[in-house]
Amino acid sequence: MTTTPTRRRTVSPADAARIPQRGGHKWGYWLYFIPGLLLMAAIIFYPIVRNVRLSFFHWRGGRAEEQFAGLENWTALFQDHEFLQSFQNIFLVIVAMVIVPTLLGLVIAALLFDVVGRRFGGKLSSFLRATYYIPQILPIAVAGVLFGWLLKPNSDGVVNQFLTAITGDEVTINWLGGSYGTAMASVMVLMIWIQIGYPIVIFMAALQRVDPELYEASELDGANWFERFRAITLPMIRPEVFVVSLTTTIAALKVFAPVFILTQGGPNKSTYVPSFYAYKEFINGQDKGYAATIATAVTVVVFIVAVIFIRVQNRAERKDA
Amino acid sequence: MTDVTQASAAPKRRKAKDDPTSRNKARPRTAAEWILMVLAVLGALVIIFPVLLLLMNAFKSPTDYANSSPLDFPEALDFTGIQTFWEQQNFPRALWNSIFISTLVAVFAVILSVLNSFAIGIGRVKGRTWIVLLFLMANLVPQEMLFDPLFQLYDDLGLLSNPWSVIITFTVIQAAFGTYLLSSLLGTFPKEILEAAAMDGATRWRSLRSVIVPVIKPTLSVLMVFFFIWTWNEFLLPLAFLNSPDSLTVPLILEQLNGERQTDTTTLVAGTLISIIPTIIFFLIFQRTLTRGITAGAVK
Repeated sequence: MTTTPTRRRTVSPADAARIPQRGGHKWGYWLYFIPGLLLMAAIIFYPIVRNVRLSFFHWRGGRAEEQFAGLENWTALFQDHEFLQSFQNIFLVIVAMVIVPTLLGLVIAALLFDVVGRRFGGKLSSFLRATYYIPQILPIAVAGVLFGWLLKPNSDGVVNQFLTAITGDEVTINWLGGSYGTAMASVMVLMIWIQIGYPIVIFMAALQRVDPELYEASELDGANWFERFRAITLPMIRPEVFVVSLTTTIAALKVFAPVFILTQGGPNKSTYVPSFYAYKEFINGQDKGYAATIATAVTVVVFIVAVIFIRVQNRAERKDA
Repeated sequence: MTDVTQASAAPKRRKAKDDPTSRNKARPRTAAEWILMVLAVLGALVIIFPVLLLLMNAFKSPTDYANSSPLDFPEALDFTGIQTFWEQQNFPRALWNSIFISTLVAVFAVILSVLNSFAIGIGRVKGRTWIVLLFLMANLVPQEMLFDPLFQLYDDLGLLSNPWSVIITFTVIQAAFGTYLLSSLLGTFPKEILEAAAMDGATRWRSLRSVIVPVIKPTLSVLMVFFFIWTWNEFLLPLAFLNSPDSLTVPLILEQLNGERQTDTTTLVAGTLISIIPTIIFFLIFQRTLTRGITAGAVK
């Protein structure tokens, strides 16, 4: 905040949109930050500072005394089976929230834009796009309850009854509570279902930017659909692919509600994700210092991923320019 | 800028074939195209199928539900499940809480975003890139990092189970994205308009209120729609801050119903359907804004 501009008189081209004002001081603009920065300080920075500090203490919460712990919480974290398991699960979450939706989204967006939109009319393609998008806007908690109903164990479950009808044998799989495999797979299917609409909408908007003449020219050259997709579509919408992977990766690192609603981390804590683990520890744990350590670790990872992504993007942009 | 460079690069990478079969634009649809279209429709059906199942089962009586397959249509329209849900849960109250919280967050977060981005995009204060990143932290930080300190803060302030705890928190979180988006938008705001306003003696505040805000109004309304729906769907922090039965939001009462062991399945199914309805109505009203607006922040 002390970096008020000292060279405010030198007008550079970068100052293009500045309001020219006689006698107006540029530091006057800092006044507009007052509400934003005060709120940020209370709602974001105070919790961050408090939790980072707390990660070096043991604290039972409430009126108990804090005890300095040094790096004890942090060394414990890296030997904590549940934490490592929760971090492993994050890779599966990334598959379900980033990789599968992005790949499927590319194919479906190209299909809707190229084949359905061009050959069967824009109305059908925007209707289908809206349908794919609906799970995105449902509250995740509500979507979770819906899937919880579909995946009920024994013969109560919709999926089990469906499978029974198809196979002819009685299917009574305990999807969410039976084993790690089925529980994690169920959570992943819910995530894919929720996420799929987002890349489709973004990629379809990006495809509208592509000059149709490019397609026509390549069609004249006899390029088939897949060749056109690889040579024209993909390079053109690369920026969007990048943004979608960035935003969904960060969302994956922070994922909470699907696990909370569907499995509560079970069976046997196997489907824990870090944010759920931190939440549990804050609420039921004996040591809020340790809970703060988990939360801090997730925050650090999120920030690192964000910085790497932004760096890569800047480098790619510079290469293009 | 990237568009231009890529557009010129793409044709070069194109594989040219020796035998160009020139195709007419008005050629009849091929069998392959029909198959692909049917696949796209089937995919959409798979996506919407769970919601359709909800519709089919929400109107079954408990005995009908117990005796039939979830894939069967109801024997007769029955409103027991919906009635039980309505009597057990104070849904209108939750609906009102959700509307109240989401509306105020949408309004406040847009105001906050405009103030922040005015100083960044128009004022071009020093270190603005870092300031944008600073604000973006609100969007990046995992909510479990905020949960415990804010819980104690709101406890001290007596704001637990009070909608304002959620309103204040999400105003800051949503404004992070708004600040990011509007800063780059205002960075390209036409200089002439601002100069003309200054010539007429407008102060900064006046230029912001009477010149800039009217011009960027379409973007601001898109932002509001998004802030509204994002806040509506929030789960972790509302779950932590809102505990009294009267303070719950729509996702929270459904989660509560789901957690109760004695909940009848038809009640749960009916409740899920009812919880989805406000979102669907909202979607039908703002469909265009949502599907277009989502791309607004994607690429600068």
